Amino acid sequence: MISFIIRRVLLVIPTFVAIAFLTFVAIRLVPGDPVEARTGERGISPERLAYFRHELGLDQPVWKQFLDYLWQIAHGDFGTSISTQTPILTEFTTLFPATLELATCAMLFATILGIPAGVIAATRRGTFVDYTLMGAALTGFSMPIFWWGLLLILFFSVDLGLTPVSGRIDLLYYFEPVTGFMLIDSWLSGEEGAFASAVSHLILPTIVLGTIPLATIARMTRSAMLEILGEDYVRTARAKGLSPFRVVGIHALRNALIPVVTVIGLQVGALMAGAVLTEYIFSWPGIGSWLIESIQRRDYPVLQGGILLVSGIVILINIFVDLLYGVLNPRIRHAR
Amino acid sequence: MPLLEISELSVDFKTGSGQFRAVDGVSLTVDRGEILAIVGESGSGKSVAMLAVMGLLPWTATVTAKTLAFDGRDLLTLSPRERRKLVGKDMAMIFQEPMSSLNPCFTVGYQIGESLKVHLGLTKSERRQRSIELLNAVGIPDPERRLSAFPHQLSGGMSQRVMIAMALACRPKLIIADEPTTALDVTIQAQILELLVSLQRETDTGLVLITHDMGVVAETAERVSVHYAGQKIEEQPVGPLFSDPHHPYTAALLAALPERAKGKHLPSIPGVVPGQFDRPPACLFEPRCRFATDRCRTKVPPRQGAIAGFALCHYPLTHGRPIGHPNPEGREVAA
Ligand SMILES: Nc1ncnc2c1ncn2[C@@H]1O[C@H](COP(=O)(O)OP(=O)(O)O)[C@@H](O)[C@H]1O
Ligand code: SF4
Ligand SMILES: [Mg+2]
Repeated sequence: MISFIIRRVLLVIPTFVAIAFLTFVAIRLVPGDPVEARTGERGISPERLAYFRHELGLDQPVWKQFLDYLWQIAHGDFGTSISTQTPILTEFTTLFPATLELATCAMLFATILGIPAGVIAATRRGTFVDYTLMGAALTGFSMPIFWWGLLLILFFSVDLGLTPVSGRIDLLYYFEPVTGFMLIDSWLSGEEGAFASAVSHLILPTIVLGTIPLATIARMTRSAMLEILGEDYVRTARAKGLSPFRVVGIHALRNALIPVVTVIGLQVGALMAGAVLTEYIFSWPGIGSWLIESIQRRDYPVLQGGILLVSGIVILINIFVDLLYGVLNPRIRHAR
Repeated sequence: MPLLEISELSVDFKTGSGQFRAVDGVSLTVDRGEILAIVGESGSGKSVAMLAVMGLLPWTATVTAKTLAFDGRDLLTLSPRERRKLVGKDMAMIFQEPMSSLNPCFTVGYQIGESLKVHLGLTKSERRQRSIELLNAVGIPDPERRLSAFPHQLSGGMSQRVMIAMALACRPKLIIADEPTTALDVTIQAQILELLVSLQRETDTGLVLITHDMGVVAETAERVSVHYAGQKIEEQPVGPLFSDPHHPYTAALLAALPERAKGKHLPSIPGVVPGQFDRPPACLFEPRCRFATDRCRTKVPPRQGAIAGFALCHYPLTHGRPIGHPNPEGREVAA
């Protein structure tokens, strides 16, 4: 088990370098650079331009810039933002809890609804319930995030006036962040209505971001359950005279969780991509909004550092899911 | 009153191509402490009949019977909940594939303890106690340690021992063993069978032993029920069955044994068991029977009496000769 963890962590390094390289190249393929982005269309004198470029090291050959960047990262220095002059790690740690809170809620939403939906569809296979659930899942799965977000805003916020459209909490409330998680901080603040406000701000983004994982988890759970309900050991469980709840909910589901957890793990990467869009739609002050702004400003260090940090977190979560997979699957646990 | 009484049991499956009758009017009884063997080629509805008794068939199956009674209770009118109180407690089943019949995600201890908890309400330590006792009884060395083993850590023979321990957990009155040794190594088969029979003797349990193995039948069973294409075609005590089979199918099975009662597997006789689409109109064995006449092709054979082994045949055999047959020598049947 230990050696497995070590191997997995060592594998992270080449992955990291590859990601750094790809973002590095991709950003430079986009027309424009930080200097142009700051000085605008009309431009400045060629001397000033050269001066700024030199200042930012952009006059160096690209391979040299990349190696310098790697060297810097290897020392734990992610650089500073060109536009705000704040260290990237500082900006990241300030904004990341907002993204993490949203992503966690979305994943919980997807798992808590997706697994039972899949189980119910599987046990009612071929019935109206099954078709309805799976039809809904297919719809959710194919829903473009942007469109879905706007649809929900139009309905719940504009028509019904039930939920706010942007931010994490009403401007009315102000308190010092303790954990960075608005749900917890608003609760801790003790201010009346703060927690409710945080919750109401979180609902729509959670649904928007959680829909695709929800659909994926429901479909995966259903197909895993269908396969497992035909297994010999499920018949053994029934031959013991166990209740349908025990047979399905313990004997079958426990086995179905193995592939389902893998799918949940694979969703994490996609979830980050979805978070960028969702945050943008709901003006959610997290990593997604930060990255999109940095693209507009051609803020190379923010974009590179931000993507690297997000990738690192996704990789860590995937390692964690692999470990969880081992815990769930006795065969793997003992093989390691 | 017999422990298990089945009369006119039929099972129909809904399939993509219509109804399929997998069990056709089977009647059987099993007494306490008795071993009944059910033999017949693969596909003759042995498993399905017993799964019907256990209530384990999928929803595509329709079960009908005149009587389906266990221990004085009518299984046909019992609610599912009431029935689950019997299944796994008073009647237990052991399956053919021990390796896939144990849940890979739970320990041996958990899986044995489960019925003890559900049916007997034993506490955790009582369950552990009893589980160790059971593993001892089925000859698993070092039972304390085995309780925390997962199924993938067990061999096929060990898994089947665990399955037997699970079946015995609540001291059932009836055990149904569906080809319990077929999937095991030849060397292990005899051990498992011996174990099963000795435990059955000790506890005075009724045992239904579904098997392919005529050697096993000769050594262990008291009564034998021979099945063909969903029907019971003959039933006799084991001695007379081997010495004087009354149904041509039984006779053909025994004649095909290389050395009587010693052959390890069900011998092969020419032809195959009819399926859904090639079911003969009258006697189901007719295409393969060396005594078949026009009457066999047109008229459903009657059930003979006890003297003729309840044979389902127009011309039951006595000492190899068909009674009332126009040409008692019969004919050769080509494969
Ligand atoms: N779930 C099912 N659906 C449809 N047909 C089935 C099902 N289970 C068994 N059968 C059919 O019933 C017949 C009897 O099967 P089975 O009882 O397993 O035979 P065996 O005597 O070998 O145990 C076979 O033809 C089999 O294909
Ligand atoms: S009824 Fe006829 S065909 Fe059928 S087993 Fe008897 S003799 Fe053979
Ligand atoms: Mg069978």
